[in-house]
Amino acid sequence: MNNKVLKISTIAIFIIIFIVFYKALQDTNIYTPKKNSNNEIPLFSANLFYSNKQINSSELFKLDQFYLLNIWSSWCVPCRTEHPLLMDLNKNKKIEIIGLNYKDKKNNAENFLNELGNPYQEIIFDKEGINAIEWGAFGVPESFLINDGMIIKKYIGPLNKELVEEIQLLIK
Amino acid sequence: MKILKLFFIIFFIFSLNNLEANTDDMKIKITKNLRCLICQGQSVYDSDSEFANSMKVLVDKKLKEGLSENQIYDFFKEKYGQWILYDPELNKNTYILWLLPILIFLIGGAIVVKNFKIRK
Repeated sequence: MNNKVLKISTIAIFIIIFIVFYKALQDTNIYTPKKNSNNEIPLFSANLFYSNKQINSSELFKLDQFYLLNIWSSWCVPCRTEHPLLMDLNKNKKIEIIGLNYKDKKNNAENFLNELGNPYQEIIFDKEGINAIEWGAFGVPESFLINDGMIIKKYIGPLNKELVEEIQLLIK
Repeated sequence: MKILKLFFIIFFIFSLNNLEANTDDMKIKITKNLRCLICQGQSVYDSDSEFANSMKVLVDKKLKEGLSENQIYDFFKEKYGQWILYDPELNKNTYILWLLPILIFLIGGAIVVKNFKIRK
């Protein structure tokens, strides 16, 4: 009788362990961040790029308006490829593009904008990369589509034509 | 009186020094428990990536603002999700992880005790 209980409990333990491992190994171990979010924009204070004035998030993002927050840097190569697309998107009056200059040197950033154009209504100067973390960003480039104070879509990596078309459709 | 003043000054400097050391220890503890999301198997403390360095600066800033360890974890969890923490909390996704070892220990213990009694 006791032997039977022992056998059954050993088998049960193995079955439980097997199920747990089987379930865990089915899930991918690679971290995939959520792209669709309905989070409110973070409350933060930051310095503006040109005026060096300190500004709060509520002053920067008004309600009833679409914004695209674009994290960029002059040393980031993919930012160069997405920049002409941002210049195009800037022609659409329904959206304002806010830049977040990530861990950059001011001179280099200015040269970048002089060379490729400035699609940004305002630029936040994030010298230490703190503001990017407050936005939940991973690196550069990254963009957040914002409406009514909410982040409605997050784009990790450079924007391409399809994604810009998607943005144009979303803000129609 | 002079000696008393000197004593107070030394005491003040030492307590300040101690405070700074505590903040540093806490910073190390927190950054060791935060995962560097863009690195392979490294904590924020171990990594020297741009992302990890920014996280370190932010942890320092939050500690100076007076936030507690758990408040800082909550802040990062809100931004990046539970995955950012190395030490997972007990919730519906992690209860098996926490309870299974205890369950196995109890069942195993019961088997051992039972076998021991039989042999006796």
